[in-house]
Amino acid sequence: MIPVAFDYHAPTSLDEALSLIAQAGDDGKVLAGGQSLIPVLKLRMAAPETLIDLGRVPELSGVTDDGDAITIGAMTPHHTVEHDRLVREHAALIAQATATVADPQVRHLGTFGGALVHADPAGDLPAPALVSGAEMEIAGTGGVRTVPAAEFFSDLFTTAVGDDEILTRIRVPKHTGWHTAYEKFVRVAQQWSIVGVAAAVQLDGNTISRARIGLTNMGSTPIRAHETETALTGCQLESGAVAAAVASVADGTEPPADVNGDAEYRRHLACVLAERAVMSAAAEPVTR
Amino acid sequence: MTVTQIGAPLARKEDQRLITGRSRYTDNMVLPGMLHLAMVRSPFAHAKIEAIDASEAKSAPGVIAVLTGNDVADSQGSLPNAWPITPDQQAPAHPAIAVDRVSFTGEIVACVVARSAAAARDASELIDVDYDDLEPVLDIEQAAADDVLAHPDLGTNRSATWVFDSAEAGTGGAIDQSLADSDVVVERAYHQQRLIPAFMEPRSTVVDPTGEQLTIWTSTQVPHILKLMLCMTLGLPESKVRVVAPDVGGGFGGKLQVTPEEVICILAARQTGKPCKFTETRSESLLAAHHGRAQVQKLRIGASRDGTVTGLDVRLLADMGAYLGLVTSGVPILGAFMFNGIYKFDAYRFECTNVFTNRAWTDAYRGAGRPEATYAIERIMDDLADELGMDPIDLRRKNWIAHEEFPYSTVSSLEYDTGNYEAATDKALELFGYDELRAEQQRRRSNNDQVQLGIGVSTFTEMCGLAPSRVLGSLDYGAGGWEHAQVRVLPTGNVEVVTGVSPHGQGHETTFSQIVADRLGVSFDNVEILHGDTQVSQKGLDTYGSRSLTVGGMAIVAAADKVIEKAKTVAAHMLEADRDDIEFDSGNFGVQGTDKSVTLAEISLSVFAAHDLPDGFEPSLDSDATFDPENFSFPHGTHLAAMEVDTVTGESRLRKYVCVDDVGNVINPLLVDGQVHGGLAQGIAQALFEEAVYDETGNLVTGSFVDYLVPSAADLPSFTTGRTETPSTTNALGVKGVGEAGTIASTPAIVNGVLDAIRQFGVSDIDMPCSPYRVWSTLNEARTAGAQTGVAQ
Amino acid sequence: MAQGTQARTSITVTVDGTEYTDDVEPRLLLVQYLRDVLGKTGTLIGCDTTNCGACTVHVDGRSVKSCTMFAVQADGAEVTTIEGLSRDGELHPMQEAFHECHALQCGYCTPGMIMQSIDLLSEHPDPDEHTVRNGLEGNLCRCTGYQNIVKAVQTAAKNSGGVV
Repeated sequence: MIPVAFDYHAPTSLDEALSLIAQAGDDGKVLAGGQSLIPVLKLRMAAPETLIDLGRVPELSGVTDDGDAITIGAMTPHHTVEHDRLVREHAALIAQATATVADPQVRHLGTFGGALVHADPAGDLPAPALVSGAEMEIAGTGGVRTVPAAEFFSDLFTTAVGDDEILTRIRVPKHTGWHTAYEKFVRVAQQWSIVGVAAAVQLDGNTISRARIGLTNMGSTPIRAHETETALTGCQLESGAVAAAVASVADGTEPPADVNGDAEYRRHLACVLAERAVMSAAAEPVTR
Repeated sequence: MTVTQIGAPLARKEDQRLITGRSRYTDNMVLPGMLHLAMVRSPFAHAKIEAIDASEAKSAPGVIAVLTGNDVADSQGSLPNAWPITPDQQAPAHPAIAVDRVSFTGEIVACVVARSAAAARDASELIDVDYDDLEPVLDIEQAAADDVLAHPDLGTNRSATWVFDSAEAGTGGAIDQSLADSDVVVERAYHQQRLIPAFMEPRSTVVDPTGEQLTIWTSTQVPHILKLMLCMTLGLPESKVRVVAPDVGGGFGGKLQVTPEEVICILAARQTGKPCKFTETRSESLLAAHHGRAQVQKLRIGASRDGTVTGLDVRLLADMGAYLGLVTSGVPILGAFMFNGIYKFDAYRFECTNVFTNRAWTDAYRGAGRPEATYAIERIMDDLADELGMDPIDLRRKNWIAHEEFPYSTVSSLEYDTGNYEAATDKALELFGYDELRAEQQRRRSNNDQVQLGIGVSTFTEMCGLAPSRVLGSLDYGAGGWEHAQVRVLPTGNVEVVTGVSPHGQGHETTFSQIVADRLGVSFDNVEILHGDTQVSQKGLDTYGSRSLTVGGMAIVAAADKVIEKAKTVAAHMLEADRDDIEFDSGNFGVQGTDKSVTLAEISLSVFAAHDLPDGFEPSLDSDATFDPENFSFPHGTHLAAMEVDTVTGESRLRKYVCVDDVGNVINPLLVDGQVHGGLAQGIAQALFEEAVYDETGNLVTGSFVDYLVPSAADLPSFTTGRTETPSTTNALGVKGVGEAGTIASTPAIVNGVLDAIRQFGVSDIDMPCSPYRVWSTLNEARTAGAQTGVAQ
Repeated sequence: MAQGTQARTSITVTVDGTEYTDDVEPRLLLVQYLRDVLGKTGTLIGCDTTNCGACTVHVDGRSVKSCTMFAVQADGAEVTTIEGLSRDGELHPMQEAFHECHALQCGYCTPGMIMQSIDLLSEHPDPDEHTVRNGLEGNLCRCTGYQNIVKAVQTAAKNSGGVV
C-alpha cells in the first residue's frame, strides 16, 4: 500500500516533460492517470526512481476535429473520451470500448494514452485502436514521429514508445460509414477482459461489404484478424453466416491460460464474441 | 403493552456515525508516539528458515526494532485451538512468527517496528531471509495419503477423525445395512472450494502498553474470547488486559480468531513500551487471514423406489490448512448434525478426517460447517430426484419433517423445536412462479435454445444460536455458550444495556433497543447499547453462529425482567400498595384496580436518591443476567433460483431468486431482510465467483481483489425475500438466527439450478464456482462422453 | 534505498471547504493524506488494487479512488469527502437515503458507496436499477448484497428530484 519513495515532477509543458524524462532515463516512469501504474507501485511490483506526471500538461488533453480524423490527446481521461461528441460521432468504437474500461472512478482518472502505453493484453483499448487504424504521435527530444497502431504494440506491456519518449496524441480516422461494437467477456463487471472483440463493418444492404476485427487478450498484443475480415466481406448479415465467417478468428493465436479459461476456451470465446460483435455492430447506427 | 417496537422496521441507530464519516475503525486510531508494524511474509509454501539477516533493516531510518521468530520464540507461545475434537488430535505448535520453518505462503517470518508505516514497509524489504525450500502438500486428498507431510515433525497430515453413527448413538439404524436394503443408492463426491471471508475492513490492531493496563483495540468479532486467549497464550494477567472492538467492518467468521498479528503487536508494544499499530493490506488479508470451507465430501444416500430416503453416509476430508486456529477443527463437526437437513430418515453415519496442507489456515466462515452440510444434502437430494425421475420439490416434500411432527428428534441427535417446511415452500413456489418457469424450461429444451433454463431448489435448516453449554461440552469445545447482559436504569430514566455480544454490522444497537424499549416501556431513543469493550462489558462470549439475538437478546430480556421485579418492590413502597397488586405495563407501575401509578423513571430517580426505600432494599435497579440456551434455534427456509445457462459460452446468469425464510419472530424486518440479502450474495458468490486458488508451488493465485472475485452490484440481481414466522419455542422471544440463512441455502440453490439447466446434456456433476469456463468444459466433456456412449443429446 | 532524493513537495488542497497547505512525500496517496495528515478518517481503505472503492472521494467534482491518486496530484484541487457532505447539520439526501433504506451494515464500504452514488446521480438523475448497479461496479460491499443500496440511490434520486 506504500510505494517505494520516488522523485516527482509535474511539468506544465510537453518540452519540459520531455527534458525531464530524458534526464530520468531508465529509472523514470510517466504518470498518465496512474490507474494501472499506482496499484503496481503500491504492490511494489515496480519502483521507478522518478515519476513524471503529465497531468498538468494541458496540450496533451482534449479531442479535436482534424478533418478526416479526430485527434485525442493522450492525457484525455476515459470519461471524457467516452462522452466526447466528436469521439461518439466519428470514432464510436473508441467510445464503446472506453465505456467498458474498469469502473466509473477509474474512468475519471485513467487516460486514453495511458491505457494504450500500458499495453496490457487484457486492456480494452488497444484492439479498438488497432481496428480504428489509429496513428500514435510520439514525441521525443529529437522530434515527433507517428507510428500506426499496427506497429505500436510490440509485446506484453511494451509499445513503440521509447524510454525518453511520450505518446502525445492519437489520431483516429473518422469511421465514416462504419458500424462498430466492442464485445467484452468477463465474470464480474470490473474484471479485466477474459477475451474482447472489436468489430467494425460496412454494410451494403444486408451484406457486409467491409469488416475489421480486433482481438483483446488473445496474445501478448492486440490482434487484427485479417483473414476473418476477408471472410466476412460479402457475408450475409445473418448470424449463421457470420458465425461461419468468423470461425477461424482465433486460428494461430496464443492466448493466456488461467483460472478464467485455457487457451482453447479463449479461442472458442473469440469466435462467439466475434459473431456477437459483428451482429451488434451492424445493429448500431452508422458512424459519421 | 401499548408501545410496540418489536416487529417495527426502524432505521438503525448506528448509522449516523457511519454515514457521516465519524466511524471508529481500529485503523483510525492514533496514539502519542505510536509505532507502526510491517510484516515480512514467506514467499514459500513450505521451507526451512536457514537464517535471517535483519541488520540492514535495523539500521534503516525510523526503525525501532525488528522481531524475528528467534527473538520471540520464548515469549510468543502458541496460538490457541479451543476445540480439540478428539483426545488424540494432532496439531503443530502455531507460532505467531515462524521460528525455523514456514508452512504456508504468507506466514510471518519477521516484523519491523518503525516510527511510520512507510519506514516499516521500506525496512521490511531489507530483511534477508535464507529459505531452504521443502516440498509442500497442497491438495486435500494428497494430504490424506500422508506421502508428503505438511509438518514433517508431526509424522502425519491427519489431525483427527471424528465419527457420528446413528446406530451407536441410538438415534437410528446402521448405515451399511440401510444402504444395502435400499432400492436406490446414489453416490457422489462434492468439493467445497476454499473461500476467503473478505470482510471489507482489513484487520487492524493497536496495542497501548503505557499505563497499568495493556489495551488492545482490534478488528475482532470476539473481544472477550480474544482477551482470555491472549492472556492464556502469553501468560498475561486477565485483570491487566483490556480488549476493545470499536467499529468493526464485517467479520463473517473471519474475525473470530486469535491472530498472529495481534500477538505480534502485543510483543512489539511490550518490547518498545510504545503503542503499536498494525493494519494489513488487502493482499495480506487474502493471503494470511484465515480461509474457509475447503472440504471434499463423499456421500451415499439410499432410498426406496418411491423416493423415501432411508439412510445417508457421509465421509469428509476437511482441509485445516497449515495450522489449527481457534475453532478450525470443529468447523466440520458443526456440519455433522446438519447433513440430514430437514429430512427424516433412519440411518446416518458421519465421519470426518481433518488434514493439514501447506495452505493458509482455515476456520469459521459464515455458517461454518453448516453451509457445507446443506450444500451436500441439497445437492444429493437433487441427484436422487434425477435418479428417481421425480420433481425435486416432490422428493423433498416426501421426506421432510411435517409441521405437526415437531418437536422432532433427528437422526443426528438434535431436537428441532419448531418448523413449518410446507408453509415456507408453498409460499416460495408461489412467489417464484414455479410451474410457469418449469413450462418455460420445457419450451427452451424442446426448442434447443442456446440459453437453457434451470431451476435450482434448496431447503435448509441450521442449528444456530450457539449454543447450549452442555452440548458444547459434549463436543469437547473449550468454552460454554451462555451470554451475559446488564440492564441499568439511570436516574433520568434512560436505560443502558451492556451486552457481551459484539456487533460488526448486524445492528445490535437497534435490535436490542427495540427489545428493551418494549420490555421496559421506555423510548427506543432512550436506550443505549454498550458493547465491544471488555472494560465496559466484562462478561461475554461475543458474536458468531447467529447467536447474538437468540442468546444475547435473551440475556437482555432476563436482565430487564429482573429490573422490573426490583422496580415493583419500590413502586409498591411509593404507592403504599401491596407488592402483589403492582402491575407493570408500558413503563408504568400501577396498583391493580386503581389509577395510581409511577413510571420507571420516577422509580429510578427515587432509587438513585435512596432517601425513602423499602427496608433492606439495595439501592439499585441494575440487573445482570447470564443466559444459557437449552437448545439451538432452527431457522429454515426454501430457496429457488432460476438460472439461465448459455450452452455456448458457459455463462450462468441468475435471472430470478426467491427465498422464503422462517427465522421465527422478527424484531426488525428491515434488518432481517438485510441479513438475508447479504447472506445470499455471499452464498451465490461461492456458487458462481469465488475461490482461493493456489498454484502448484503453493502460491495464492487469487491474492488480490483483481483475481478473488467478490461480486459487485453489477453482478447480482435483486432478490425476492419472503417470510413465514414459526416462533421458536426454545426462547421467550420466539426468535431464531438469521445471519447465516442466506449463505447456507443459496449456494446449493444456484448450483442445482445450473445443473438443472444442463443435466439434459448428460451432465451429472459440476464443481464450484460454476464459472463460464467450468460450465463450458463440463458440457464439452459430457458431449464427448455422450457421443462415445451414444447417449441422446 | 537507492532511490531519488525523495524531496517533499508542498501542496495546497481544499478539502471539505477548508484549504490546507502541507509538505508531503510524493509517494503519499491522497487517501493517506486525508486520513493520516488531515485526520479525515471518514474515508477508508479496503484494498490495494483499486477494486473496492471504499476510498472514493470527489476531486474537482468527480468521483475518484483516493488510493489511486497521489496527494501531489491533488495540488490545487478541491476534494470532497464523506465528512463534507452534510450542510448545516442536515444530512445529504444520499446519506439520508442510505439510513432510511438500511443500505449499510458494517459501514466500511459506505463512505465510498455514498460518494460514488452521488457521482452517479449527477450523471443519471433518475437511474433505473441497471444503471445504478453498473454505476456502482467499482464499489464492493460484503454485507448488504447491494439490494438496499440500489434502493437507497433510487430513493435519493426521487427525494432530491435528481439534484444532489
